[in-house]
Amino acid sequence: MQTPEERGEARLRLEFEVTGLDFATAGSAATRVKRALEHVGFSARAVRRAAITAYEAEMNIVIHARRGLLKVCVAPEAVVIVAADEGPGIADLELAMQEGFSTAPEDVREMGFGAGMGLPNMRRCSDHFTIQSVVGRGTTVRAVIKNDQVGGRGRGV
Amino acid sequence: MRLEQVIKGLALAEVCPGTGVEREVSGAYCSDMLSDVMAHAQPGDVWITVQTHQNCVAVAMMAELTGVVLTRGMRPDPEMAEKASREGVALLTTGLTSFEVAGRLFCLLRQERGEC
Ligand SMILES: Nc1ncnc2c1ncn2[C@@H]1O[C@H](COP(=O)(O)OP(=O)(O)O)[C@@H](O)[C@H]1O
Ligand SMILES: [Mg+2]
Repeated sequence: MQTPEERGEARLRLEFEVTGLDFATAGSAATRVKRALEHVGFSARAVRRAAITAYEAEMNIVIHARRGLLKVCVAPEAVVIVAADEGPGIADLELAMQEGFSTAPEDVREMGFGAGMGLPNMRRCSDHFTIQSVVGRGTTVRAVIKNDQVGGRGRGV
Repeated sequence: MRLEQVIKGLALAEVCPGTGVEREVSGAYCSDMLSDVMAHAQPGDVWITVQTHQNCVAVAMMAELTGVVLTRGMRPDPEMAEKASREGVALLTTGLTSFEVAGRLFCLLRQERGEC
């Protein structure tokens, strides 16, 4: 049985460390993910959906967790984004997924974070979305964004 | 309409002169919540806000916005100005409120389409 690499199906893997409350470098992982997808020729729509998903996942680690890893695997047909962190975890996932729910502290809200729209944005922008969390341990989100065969830059994701 | 026409039409000040001015403005989105912008701004929009920190530059890049307009006399943090210049994101300032910028820009874009 051949591996995808042996079949000539290139897989690009990227990994970024993300540190809690590090607002100075926050967003740099998502920025690099976006560049990589543009570079390999993902459709404009898929690039934008993946960039938004990666950014929201990265920011949730920065705002809500201690530290984490953003792992990205790019194949011609789709990109898989996994954000796994060490942090407080989420007690009620259904509540956390509701638009407008946020536990972001006041100082972070003043910066315009904490709209409670990050997880809904990730789900809306991805073709498959799962979230797992253990209270006191951490949270892992996994999002798959398919590359559109027909390109075309429509308005909106 | 190109960003340079919007800059002229609304007398906006450029933080990094010349940056991104030839890009097209398709519309605008007015919000101070970053995830709201991610969800509802459209590619090519100008972002009208009073947020002045560097994380806004990444938001503009991820959402593929044409530029960021800081209203009500807000000045960008030095880190925001530096990042915008490094990443080629147009950063503009004005003494007008977000309401006034949105109103004037709305008219400008409508006029261009002969609707106003
Ligand atoms: N990685 C995470 N670790 C711990 N809690 C999280 C994490 N991601 C999200 N949450 C919880 O879910 C809530 C909603 O997340 P989200 O929709 O991204 O909104 P926001 O980040 O604006 O609060 C957060 O306020 C927080 O309570
Ligand atoms: Mg969030």
